[in-house]
Amino acid sequence: MSALAASTRAELLRLRRWPVLWVLVGVWVALNLTFVYVLNYVAYRTGDTSTATEGVPPEELLAEVLPAAVPLSMVQGMPVFGGAILMILGALAVGSGYGWGTWKTVLTQGPGRVASFGGALVALALTVVGVVLATAAIDLGVASVLAAVESQPVEMPPLGDLAEAVGAGLLVLGMWTAVGVLVGVLTKSPALAVGLGLVWALAVENLLRGVSVLIGGLAVVTDHLPGTAAGSLAGALDAGGGAGADGTPGVLTVLDGGTATGVLVAYLVGFAIVSLVLVRRRDLA
Amino acid sequence: MDETVVTTHRLTKRYGDRLAVDSVSLTVRRGEVYGFLGPNGAGKTTTLRMLLGLIRPTGGRAAVLGAAPGAPSAVARIGALVEGPGFYPYLSGRDNLRVMARYQHLDDRATDAALDRVDMTGRGRDRFGAYSLGMKQRLGVASALLGEPDLLILDEPTNGLDPAGMADMRSLVVAVAAGGQTVVLSSHLLAEVQEICDRVGVIADGRLLAENTVSDLRGATAVLVRAEPLDRALAVAMRVAGDDAVEVVAGAGVIDGAGVIDGAGARAGRGTGVRLTVAPSVVPVLTRELVAHGVDVLEIRAVERSLEEVFFEMTRPGARAVQTSQMPETLEVS
Repeated sequence: MSALAASTRAELLRLRRWPVLWVLVGVWVALNLTFVYVLNYVAYRTGDTSTATEGVPPEELLAEVLPAAVPLSMVQGMPVFGGAILMILGALAVGSGYGWGTWKTVLTQGPGRVASFGGALVALALTVVGVVLATAAIDLGVASVLAAVESQPVEMPPLGDLAEAVGAGLLVLGMWTAVGVLVGVLTKSPALAVGLGLVWALAVENLLRGVSVLIGGLAVVTDHLPGTAAGSLAGALDAGGGAGADGTPGVLTVLDGGTATGVLVAYLVGFAIVSLVLVRRRDLA
Repeated sequence: MDETVVTTHRLTKRYGDRLAVDSVSLTVRRGEVYGFLGPNGAGKTTTLRMLLGLIRPTGGRAAVLGAAPGAPSAVARIGALVEGPGFYPYLSGRDNLRVMARYQHLDDRATDAALDRVDMTGRGRDRFGAYSLGMKQRLGVASALLGEPDLLILDEPTNGLDPAGMADMRSLVVAVAAGGQTVVLSSHLLAEVQEICDRVGVIADGRLLAENTVSDLRGATAVLVRAEPLDRALAVAMRVAGDDAVEVVAGAGVIDGAGVIDGAGARAGRGTGVRLTVAPSVVPVLTRELVAHGVDVLEIRAVERSLEEVFFEMTRPGARAVQTSQMPETLEVS
């Protein structure tokens, strides 16, 4: 166990100092703020009924940027670009080590392959936890400021809802990070891993969902694909009919919340284990 | 403590049709500097990777520090630099060492000590990606030295170093061995191996051709005589040194004692002479005898075979060696 802790500390040190990590986290935060707060708020202030906000009453636009809506708004972007960004992080964090030769160096330090690679997995998991918590904190902060500016009561969301949203965020982003890790291990190349991962996340799964309408039996498979499960979990948070995430790209209602959670946990654990087994067994040439 | 640090028995690695390492059986003893000598693509790096557990052998056995290769208990006591230094390019040299130190439960003092040993303290805060090849190599050695390992495996440690850096690296290896650590060092530089290694394993085309001390490999010293007439000189030499210790050598002037090829001498046809496998102390007696028998002595000197000479002798006769030299680098081991 201490070997795993030592490996985690080592990996956290090098991740913390990695500019790529901060670029990716910054892009995620910026996109999240842009799509949830900037666009909605600007539409509300200008009364502009552009295509994106067409037919949405102004009060609803305002409600979406207030603190009470944070449990929904913070996960809205996760199934699409949040997941893709964290997938890139996982793929680069693991895949780059093959090109740099750092896996070779790390795996000759002594903790053993399972502990060394396990440390990398734990460090990435902690990174995901940090990203999700930071997202919740930033969104709550921005929403509170907007509420104050608009002289609205600063009404915090119920803690239970917030915890649910954080949990969903951890699962969605964690699962996509695990996808990135697995593709990184499989390809041993950061560029190929990121490319293939993005093609899958952004194109292939959507295409398969489209085709499944035509072929009956295929729906069972496509309904349980990683992206579909992630979108369904985000969609399930809105089951109570809150501010309305309808039409948000990637947010689906294919699976119910419980099933989506189960599928995501299975993918997350499965991808991590397969990666670990591959690293343990394969030659590092 | 047991005396052997590394033993392999018919260790083999096959990639498809190609045998990268073919039944290599070698032994490294505690406290020695073991030189692993061979041309590029001979299987040196592949063998070292197997000893570290980075790749799995397809045949044979190996034990490193009393454990199977790659066992955490063994790897923790090995410091390694294999096939070039592999570090995070965005981190400073020092931070790279700090990361590796954390894997080994070491504190930052160990990293400073390791940096100091390779004279990198002044550049420790610079980004690894901005280092020159030589500095990267030195950082790799510093990383291998972290935690005072019992066994140091250095794959071509002087690659990319300038002459001064190479000299520093050699004295560092010698100092490390003097401190009781065992060093396995691969190289294609014969002079380097000859200078610092106690024992040598010669590998070519994946096969271990010889394993011995440097002096045993180089064999006994000899005395070379060029004199006229040759037959009378031969008779005198036989009387002095004994029949079995004397031979007529063509091209005797071709390779001198330092292993430098004397092409001009060979072309001038002044090569034929007599070679006596005896200690150089016989030279005064031999000279007197030759002169007393009316032989004109043109040249008489002690010669010692260089490792290079031995190496070429070992690799030359094999047809395979000739073939591979005609197919440049297609068999390069990755």
